[in-house]
Amino acid sequence: MTMAKLILSLDGSVIREVPLDKERVTIGRKPQNDIQIENLAVSSEHACIVTILNDSFLEDLGSTNGTLVNGNPIKKHILQNNDVIEVGKYKLKYIADTPGAGQTSADDFEKTMVLRSPMARPAVVPKPSGDTQTGAAPAAAAPPVATAEAAKPAAAAPPLAAVQILNGPSAGKELELTKNLTTLGKPGVQVAVITRRPQGYFITHVEGASFPVVNGKALDAQAHPLKDHDVIELTGVKMEFFIKTR
Amino acid sequence: MVNLSAALEVATATHSGMVRSHNEDSIAADAEIGLAVLADGMGGYNAGEVASGIAVAMISAELKKMLGSESGEIPGGGAERLISEHAIKANLAIYQAAQSQSQYAGMGTTLVVALWHDNQITVGHIGDSRLYRLRDDVFEQVTRDHSLLQEQIDSGMITREQARFSQNKNLVTRAVGIDPEVEPEVHTYPVLPGDLFLLCSDGLSDMVTDEDIQLTLSSLQANLPLAAEQLVQQANDNGGRDNISVILVRVVKDFPAPRAGWLETLKAWFR
Repeated sequence: MTMAKLILSLDGSVIREVPLDKERVTIGRKPQNDIQIENLAVSSEHACIVTILNDSFLEDLGSTNGTLVNGNPIKKHILQNNDVIEVGKYKLKYIADTPGAGQTSADDFEKTMVLRSPMARPAVVPKPSGDTQTGAAPAAAAPPVATAEAAKPAAAAPPLAAVQILNGPSAGKELELTKNLTTLGKPGVQVAVITRRPQGYFITHVEGASFPVVNGKALDAQAHPLKDHDVIELTGVKMEFFIKTR
Repeated sequence: MVNLSAALEVATATHSGMVRSHNEDSIAADAEIGLAVLADGMGGYNAGEVASGIAVAMISAELKKMLGSESGEIPGGGAERLISEHAIKANLAIYQAAQSQSQYAGMGTTLVVALWHDNQITVGHIGDSRLYRLRDDVFEQVTRDHSLLQEQIDSGMITREQARFSQNKNLVTRAVGIDPEVEPEVHTYPVLPGDLFLLCSDGLSDMVTDEDIQLTLSSLQANLPLAAEQLVQQANDNGGRDNISVILVRVVKDFPAPRAGWLETLKAWFR
């Protein structure tokens, strides 16, 4: 059986791995702690992690300098895979019990594997499900069903949309958004991009000192979802975004 | 001391994708010494990320130490030998870790390393992580995968178009850390200002077509971090079945190596 673990590191260098093999694992400066961290910023009994079956709970034990998870101070926290706990300058990365260790499936077959020539020494490429693949026969590859599905982009395209220019010399001109990305504006001055995604269309600032304006409001650096009949302004040009087909 | 930070602009992104619970890719990029390293780990449990982590950490730390110091420069054997030697060193380290610790048995990783120097790029790779180049309107794959699929394409068994739907995408024929020895493939190419390079794991190249990658790079060149983020997003929008990592490096201006003066040349002669 595998179990969850913590990877203790300082300034990006891994110090050691600590398996969460007890119901209660304590972290602190004093030697009686399961994870002893000899650092003045760490309280003598700083925090503890209680593990019940597959879930681990982190609790700050009233430490002086606090406990952070992913940069946020916490009192109690249910640990998620890859959470980073910070105690003083030390970091403890939480690695959950391997999800679905007993699960074979398409997923395993898609993992990159090494194919070795039959001349090579016996291969040691154990997989969780034991589906070691060696030898040179292409026939030994994954079943067709498993990977054929992965080969084609599964994205459902949203309905066709366009922007129509509302003012200036090009007024009335229409630009269909047939690609995943369409840039608008003047390179070097101001450019925005409209991205077409399964969940709809989004506009994002690309370059220039000023940001695009949608319905009279300037955007920030974040992608902004576009709705039918939104009015976009860019370098003084107004244009309307609209959905063409349903 | 090497400092290319005025000549190279770098942006990176890495994401676990929509299916995998953790990210087994590792990346490092340093504009100052002109280095980009990307590795896509494989192996059970967390071994994949250990393998890719060792490869990237070792290579980037040692090259940084060598090139970033006061007197740092590419040693006599040249960039190709430098990359080759460090890839071989990383291979041995991963192989030995895999041999000595049962939880790491069989771990391995792909690797692509690029080093910009003297108006050139030297790229070494092992496996199916790739380097692409966008120059003007031409988008090209620079590295050739060490994979069963590539071998099938090369031998004419299948076409590039058929390859997109192949079942054998995930079978690499070379990897770092699987055997005590490995043969990195290393080449050097001239670089021009305006070139945009992309290093990526197969989580991008399997999920997003070359056409869409090219469109993204050419549309968003002015904002490299956004371009990197958009590539990851498209891979995820298309299903994100694997970890996705990208490193973008744009050549802003040329970067000739400082030539040694006559005195240094003379001194070196008598040394």
